[in-house]
Amino acid sequence: MFFFALIVKPLVLFILGLNKRGQNNLPVKGPAIIAANHNSHLDTLVLMSLFPIAKIHKIRPVAAADYFLRSGFMKWFSTYCIDIIPLDRKNRVNKKALFAECHKALDNGDILILFPEGSRGTPEQMSQLKKGVFHLVKDRDDTQVTPVVLRGLGRALPKGTALFVPFNCDVVIGQPVPAQEKADDFIKLLASRYDNLFQYCVTHQEPEQ
Amino acid sequence: MFNIPQNSLYTMLLVLLFLCIGTITRLVLKAKFPQKDYTELRQRIQSWWWMVAILFFALVFSKTTAIILFALISYLALKEFLSIVPSRPADRRVIFWAYIIIPFQYYWAATSWYGMFIIFIPVYVFLFLPMRMVLVGETKGFIRSAGVLHWAIMLTVFCLSHIAYLLVLEDKNPQAGPIGLVLFLVIMTQLNDVSQYIWGKLFGKHKIIPKVSPNKTWEGFLGGLVTITILSGLVAPILTPLGFAYGLLAGLIISSSGFIGDVVISSVKRDLQIKDSGSLIPGHGGILDRMDSMMFTAPLFFHFLYYVKY
Repeated sequence: MFFFALIVKPLVLFILGLNKRGQNNLPVKGPAIIAANHNSHLDTLVLMSLFPIAKIHKIRPVAAADYFLRSGFMKWFSTYCIDIIPLDRKNRVNKKALFAECHKALDNGDILILFPEGSRGTPEQMSQLKKGVFHLVKDRDDTQVTPVVLRGLGRALPKGTALFVPFNCDVVIGQPVPAQEKADDFIKLLASRYDNLFQYCVTHQEPEQ
Repeated sequence: MFNIPQNSLYTMLLVLLFLCIGTITRLVLKAKFPQKDYTELRQRIQSWWWMVAILFFALVFSKTTAIILFALISYLALKEFLSIVPSRPADRRVIFWAYIIIPFQYYWAATSWYGMFIIFIPVYVFLFLPMRMVLVGETKGFIRSAGVLHWAIMLTVFCLSHIAYLLVLEDKNPQAGPIGLVLFLVIMTQLNDVSQYIWGKLFGKHKIIPKVSPNKTWEGFLGGLVTITILSGLVAPILTPLGFAYGLLAGLIISSSGFIGDVVISSVKRDLQIKDSGSLIPGHGGILDRMDSMMFTAPLFFHFLYYVKY
């Protein structure tokens, strides 16, 4: 909590600078899921900073256990400063066990942050969306998925670099995606929502390589 | 308390009075027409209060805080500019250097090292950044990146830093002090935006540059030009070392260059197909939307003043 009040909020406000759109669409209480595109480690911090300090403990990013619980500092930081829900990416067989922690958090009224792309990938380019989000909300009628697009963070701190360069970033929050019968329909709908939200971005997209 | 020269003090109080009138007018409008939505007007006036409060506080507190404030404004403007224009992943390191030069440029101003202040960016930075880009080694899109980067630094750092240098010039009007020069430039530039807008709204017919900015008319431009020229002739002897005649000329320079700054940034945004450059200042857009005219008026007013008085 202090970490967010003293470090993350000022950092996001001044060093980065956000162009926020659709703040009203942000869920105020859980259970809810935020599904955002993923370009940078900063994504999680920016998304969490959208919420008031008093609510930070209810915001739980879902993150890969094999990456974030790997070493000493990273494990301590992810667990105590961010309070992630670790996800075992290698265990693809047993969906129930995979999402057990997530369901527990949702039952507890938490707001989950998910990145359906699965990984940060190439900076500022969308990767194929994974179906995990669909399976997570399939049997829950109390939980809605709010799509959020972020742009510019892949310029500020892309994958594989340690040099942070200040850039303004866009955060566009959309309306919740209605529930679907089939996973493919849900993914298609989510992808089209992302495309739509990208139109409201101000910052410039990185040119195709 | 802070020993503000008399004329500058009265000018600041007058600005605060105008803001009060603005706020009262809005509240009256809201009471008279409760069904209309005045959100944008409210945001605009509230943002004016914040901007004026921050500027006045920094100016009154000390020369150093004012210079730091202008450096921060340069930083935010540069960041906003580099965020809306295209850049290559290979440029990140060079852009990092672009941020590093801001404290240097304002340090030259704070220590009134005029020679360094005036050549640092146009010569040293101009030659250094492409060298740094060569070391990165990406040649595709090289000339465009180098051009964009230097253009951004010239406008948001070099041009804006002239406001800071006004504060360290020798004080030739003790009634107003160094603050008077900054107040004069800032107030005339902002009033020019406002009066061009009002004249255009009232009498605007003949468009100047419909392709860039469809709302800009000859009537608005000329009305603003006459208003600001006369006003500046009257105000310059109070806030600056300039007399009435030079004051008129200063007003002419501020009004015409303010217009150009406005439409140049409009062209940039039109090229990138965006309406506002950011959302830092509620009701106004980004910091570039507010500082667009200042980037042109600051160096031109400074060098006019420097030529005739120093």
